[in-house]
Amino acid sequence: MANTSSFSSSPSTKFSFDEKPHVLAVDDNLIDRKVIERLFINSTCKVTTAENGKRALEYLGLADGQHPNHNDLKVNLIITDYSMPGMTGYELLKRIKESPTMKEIPVVVVSSENIPTRINQCMQGGAQEFLLKPLQLSDATKLRCHIKKPLQGGFAGEDDHA
Amino acid sequence: MERTRLRRQVALTRQSLFDQGFLDEQFIQLEDLQDDANPNFVEEVVTLYYRDSARLITNIEKALEKNSLDFNKLDGFMHQFKGSSSSIGAKKVKAECTLFREYCRAGNGEGCTRTFQQIKKEYATLKRKLEAYFQVVRQAGPAETACWPK
Repeated sequence: MANTSSFSSSPSTKFSFDEKPHVLAVDDNLIDRKVIERLFINSTCKVTTAENGKRALEYLGLADGQHPNHNDLKVNLIITDYSMPGMTGYELLKRIKESPTMKEIPVVVVSSENIPTRINQCMQGGAQEFLLKPLQLSDATKLRCHIKKPLQGGFAGEDDHA
Repeated sequence: MERTRLRRQVALTRQSLFDQGFLDEQFIQLEDLQDDANPNFVEEVVTLYYRDSARLITNIEKALEKNSLDFNKLDGFMHQFKGSSSSIGAKKVKAECTLFREYCRAGNGEGCTRTFQQIKKEYATLKRKLEAYFQVVRQAGPAETACWPK
């Protein structure tokens, strides 16, 4: 299931008039989910984790049979592991890029294996970037620049406490 | 002062884990993620690792007992286990995992079994050492974290 954790106790005043960027992290490995979550929370993002592609799609409202409701959902960056059971990170990437409403969200693919054909495949498929695991703090900082501001309207001064 | 002595013990214990090759740079990445809001992050991740990977160890063990080895399955389990081990900076464990996967790809059952024994040994040794390390960290005082000035 998708787990949302909001760093609501952040003392940072930089974001009081702006929403924290929302990252969706998809990985079937529990340890990696925990580390990625902390990486992005420490980079002042809100993080939701999903344990596989199917759950990620459900969260995004893109699963088969789902009727997308985008009024409330704001995701600014999706970071997904490549090797996952059921649906690979590449397949997830394709599904997201096929969606008229979600295709603008930058998708970063991560993998523990450095396989050039895999990297090419993902970049051709529309990935923003392909990174090697394990991720480091410098990667999260770098990825922050890929994060787009929420596209939906809404009062910019409201703080998001999920 | 007792506190100074304990702090020094923390530093020495920590350094020896790196010097002896038990931990690599990824452990430092975890330490860098620890802060006042999450003062026990490293220990939490390590605890989670040992809890989560226990079932992988069991799965691999069972798979190795079969008469005809399913190398794909074994490699799949090991991919997961290696990933987790890598994420916490378990250097020796990770190296043995790499070797195991090579034996899988070569279809070498004996090599897999031998290497797996080695993995279990390194895994258990690291657990002991990290438990001892976190104990000293705790003794040195709640304000102490595993982070040291860079």
